[in-house]
Amino acid sequence: MAAPVLFGFIFLVLYPVLSVIRDSFTSYNPLTGDAAYIGADNYTRLIQDETAIEVAKNTFIFACILVPVNMALALFLAVLLNMHFKGRTTFRAIFFSPVIVSTVAWTIVWKYILQDDGPINYFLRTVGVDGPNWLRDNPWPMISVVMVQVFKNLGMNMIFFLAALQGVPEEMYESSEIDGANRWQQFKKITLPFISPTILLVAILTIAGAFQVFAQVLLLTGGGPGLSTTVLSYYIFINAFQIFDLGYASALAVCLFIFVMGLTVAQWQIRTRWVFREV
Amino acid sequence: MYVLLLAIAVPFLFPTWWMFTASLKPIEEVFAFPASLIPNDFQISNYAEVFRLQPFLRQYWNSISIAIVVTLITVTTATMGGYAFARINFKGRSKIFVLLLSALLMPAEVTLIPIFRLMVKSGLSDTFIPVILIPAFGAHAVVGLFLMRQFFLDFPTELEEAAEIDGLSRWKVFTKIALPLAGPAIASLAIISFLYSWNLFLEPLVFLTEPNKYTLPVVLPQFTDTYGAPIFNVQLAATSLSVIPVMIVFVMAQRHFIRGITMTGLKG
Repeated sequence: MAAPVLFGFIFLVLYPVLSVIRDSFTSYNPLTGDAAYIGADNYTRLIQDETAIEVAKNTFIFACILVPVNMALALFLAVLLNMHFKGRTTFRAIFFSPVIVSTVAWTIVWKYILQDDGPINYFLRTVGVDGPNWLRDNPWPMISVVMVQVFKNLGMNMIFFLAALQGVPEEMYESSEIDGANRWQQFKKITLPFISPTILLVAILTIAGAFQVFAQVLLLTGGGPGLSTTVLSYYIFINAFQIFDLGYASALAVCLFIFVMGLTVAQWQIRTRWVFREV
Repeated sequence: MYVLLLAIAVPFLFPTWWMFTASLKPIEEVFAFPASLIPNDFQISNYAEVFRLQPFLRQYWNSISIAIVVTLITVTTATMGGYAFARINFKGRSKIFVLLLSALLMPAEVTLIPIFRLMVKSGLSDTFIPVILIPAFGAHAVVGLFLMRQFFLDFPTELEEAAEIDGLSRWKVFTKIALPLAGPAIASLAIISFLYSWNLFLEPLVFLTEPNKYTLPVVLPQFTDTYGAPIFNVQLAATSLSVIPVMIVFVMAQRHFIRGITMTGLKG
């Protein structure tokens, strides 16, 4: 009964991963008809490719802003929306709603909102601030791409955190109140340790997602101005499907694979230092 | 606290409002200063433009039909697979399961190049086959399997055991006992599968080259003038047409959406 899923996995995940490793040692290009084995040439080229170095840097900058902003804001909203007040389900639905919208639609709307003469700068002008050209003046393009992505997927992490917060036993808070702990101390000593397994899960998924941001870059900035918002997944797309340098693109894809899997394994290894409960 | 929440809600609500109102404005009003929250001059013809510039009805139907096929396949295979991983003890089950889970973290860009090569070689590149097979059998199918396994694990075994004592075969137990009770989980899975296919961008962008075969996410960025700059009001009209039905269903079936999506940690 598990056979269809297993076959699908073998043909569409396992086989491609092994092939991409093999292809990364070839000069495969459907336009020139090349498919020769060239050893580690693609990898030496990669190390010398100044663009690739820049792109790797951008990818890490992107992830380093996105992951903490997304997780902190998601946790903050989850704590707020875990309190009892009227209308909290409506607010949950509002923060969750961008998750169901396609990235393309979400990005198209934001591209309009971020135009130099678009709605954001209009509002800034009415309060007397001359807003930058968000998609052209550095460092705003990178920040814009990050924020558009944060708003898009924040709701998901918020719901993960909400589910975890609802699992914290009420008695733990009550007994600590008797001991005279304030709200912040309770959050640090009870809530955070209790939900640490969820924080780990959310961190793994958010980091893996941060390395795959693609449509936002393509549609918002086209990787520019210059290379300033070109990230690895977008660079792979250009090399593979616009200039059809599939051998080199495969080597880049192997790097992406190593980054994502390496970071996941690293987080899993250090979990015992800060995750207090096994799930 | 309401003030704080409303302030944070602005970047979540505002885009939908601007998308819809700008889609009804004449182009001069889209960037007019002072901007209008509600169009001064309703221009419904933007919507007619969408259908004039692109075979939009055809593309809409492409998106719907592909999503339906993806949903049917995913629901069938993931329900069977999830049941197998939850209930049937077979050799290497937990090891295979961990291997499958690695697919959840796999960037689409990594696996796409070899799949592209395979599809070009077999002459399937400008067809719906890859944009159906990849979501229905690739990493997303593993997401579905994970969701259904979780459902069957939380599900009491007594009923099935009783049925087995009565001499029902494994397959009968699955179709007669387990399946009819899995309705809510299947509904969640169907919603996320449909959405996943409806919103898929990279794969259709790579494989589909004829405008007649485009899906909605591929065509939306293409409402541009001859210089490649977006015609914002028409583009936002097309975007509204693709988003608003999903939004309406979301408002009606919020619980299923949120549960389905969060049970899996679905990305994108």
